[in-house]
Amino acid sequence: MSTDDAYDPKFGEYGGQYVPEALMPAIEELTDAYQRYVLENEDGFMDEFRERLADFGGRPTPLQYADQLSARYDTDVYLKREDLLHGGAHKLNNALGQVLLAKYMGKERIIAETGAGQHGTATAMAAAHLDMPCEIYMGETDIARQRPNVFRMRINGSEVNPVTVGRGTLKEAISETMRDWATTVENTHYVIGSIVGPHPFPKMVRDFQAVISEEAREQVIEKTGGLPDSVLACAGGGSNTMGTFAHFVDNTDVDLYAVEAGGSSLQVDEEEGVAPNSATLSTGDEGVLHGARTKLLQDSDGQIMESHSVSSGLDYAGVGPELAHLVDEDRVTPVNVDDDIALEAFHRLSQDEGIIPALETAHAFGYLEEHHDEVGDSVIINVSGRGDKDLEIAIEETAKRDLDIAPDMSIFERVGGGGL
Amino acid sequence: MGLERAFADEPAFVPYLAAGDPSYEASLEYVEALARGGADVIELGLPFSEPIAEGKTIQNAIVRALEAGMTPDRFFEFVEDLDVDVPLVCMTYYNLIYQYGESEGPRPFVEKAAAVGIEGLVVPDLPGEEAGPLRTACDEFGLDLVFIVAPTTRGDRLERMLEQVSGYVYVQARLGVTGARENVDDATEESLARLSDWNVPKAVGFGIKTGDHAERIVSAGADGVIVGSALVDIVAEGHENGDAVGAVADRLEAKARELKEGALRGGPEQPQPERT
Repeated sequence: MSTDDAYDPKFGEYGGQYVPEALMPAIEELTDAYQRYVLENEDGFMDEFRERLADFGGRPTPLQYADQLSARYDTDVYLKREDLLHGGAHKLNNALGQVLLAKYMGKERIIAETGAGQHGTATAMAAAHLDMPCEIYMGETDIARQRPNVFRMRINGSEVNPVTVGRGTLKEAISETMRDWATTVENTHYVIGSIVGPHPFPKMVRDFQAVISEEAREQVIEKTGGLPDSVLACAGGGSNTMGTFAHFVDNTDVDLYAVEAGGSSLQVDEEEGVAPNSATLSTGDEGVLHGARTKLLQDSDGQIMESHSVSSGLDYAGVGPELAHLVDEDRVTPVNVDDDIALEAFHRLSQDEGIIPALETAHAFGYLEEHHDEVGDSVIINVSGRGDKDLEIAIEETAKRDLDIAPDMSIFERVGGGGL
Repeated sequence: MGLERAFADEPAFVPYLAAGDPSYEASLEYVEALARGGADVIELGLPFSEPIAEGKTIQNAIVRALEAGMTPDRFFEFVEDLDVDVPLVCMTYYNLIYQYGESEGPRPFVEKAAAVGIEGLVVPDLPGEEAGPLRTACDEFGLDLVFIVAPTTRGDRLERMLEQVSGYVYVQARLGVTGARENVDDATEESLARLSDWNVPKAVGFGIKTGDHAERIVSAGADGVIVGSALVDIVAEGHENGDAVGAVADRLEAKARELKEGALRGGPEQPQPERT
């Protein structure tokens, strides 16, 4: 876990606490709780967190040697299997940590936002597990494209509140959850789903997710006797990314690649206020959004752009301030792949390794396919989540494209159903 | 620093409208109607795409203004085009201030705001902790920086805020986001009591809808009332019904008069001595 100061809100110039005054006392309270419970293990908080991650969550997740991909790329490819965590994504690490922390702090209600639904699902599961009432805000566009996760949240007893403003995706859901929090701050904890938002969220969420790289580091040393040449992770808000990088950041001979969503193009339509991508680290400018100074997709006036990705989980105009800082420091290399390459990688990993990845994860594998010559002789790649939630959209998006790798699904047409 | 003067003689009425809602021209007339109705200070919203402190009413106003083409540069033109003799305060979010001009940081925005006659800024997503660079720029160009005191602001935070406040302090009447309410919250009186020894005008906002609300707020110790959503509702209704701009402006003027008169009823019989 991190040993840096819970009371330092900045990563270089990034980070900070740009929120309405009404929230500041709660943020101060949370900072104290982060220091005491997470960093100092007061009342055995971290012991209980790790025990629950093991027994409820299923940690540690394996570090699997990928036979087919290693042969294909002539590189040793190791898969950190966060898709095998309870709920099917890395998101549970953070959700369980924050819901447990809220309980230690005496909070009575949990709220959260979600894009693809994985964070909402993880929060709903953690809240049910720890017996806390929970409401999740989700953009209506995302509700439409992520129905299985909406159902999972409801099954676990959480309310799902549709957000209809704007384009109805993660950006709007975060704003709406902040409005709820500003109203209910005295008894409610907001479980932010990534390393974004006001301090202490970026550090605290990173620390909860750092278990990924803590395990991966031990596992790769055990398997190979040393560290890998590269670590790859997909990057939206960045919690999976920083969780996967955290314990490698100090080893500067390990290259760290944050793979963003290039969407349909890296060009922006400033007139329409639309970026047809979510490549914030690669193309964004410094600004202030949702409580932090960070890199953003914004127009020249500072209005936030609508972003795009085939993957709802990466579809966000901001990114964690720590990642923005590490990119400026040349410690993390921001790269991106477009929707087409991600979708191809989705099929390839499914066929080659028997792992159906989340569309978020598929971006990292798309980069590996395109650039495997550049990542050295060994690479760890985080399988951040499983792709069951994305099947509907994968079917729809595959049908729009002429992908050689896509399976022939004409069986559906023969029996009267839809086809790929 | 000058905004204190608006609160010196009698309880002040401080209306808010989003500049450019629903169109540049109509909005000019609406703001001028508020001045005719008795506004002592006008808070002009410069619309930002992610207004996290606003409720539905003002969110929708911001969307209308953005769709009608409002930008920071257009906003400054708007201020120059206004024909009002009332101090103007710009209410916006920090990213627009930070991004304005060639160099990043708040100075170019504040310089321009001062040049067009803006006298103060309210920035809902900028707590005291992050306000240093903006405070410096405001001091350089003679603008007031108005801070919001929330019902949750207590103890040390209150003390620290007092050191930064100028112009007036915006007292948030209840937790949550902006929006008109049927009743005035008890949190208002508690908040005003906590600030009783502050030698700076206290203007209460969030939820004030009627002249009676304004009267009650002022009689509870406020030096002024801030009203946004109840006025934006009139703009929205007029827009949705396709009413003539003049008719909507008349309604705004009448509402402003009701609120100003309510505030006056809540005040002492005699004018208060001028504050220093």
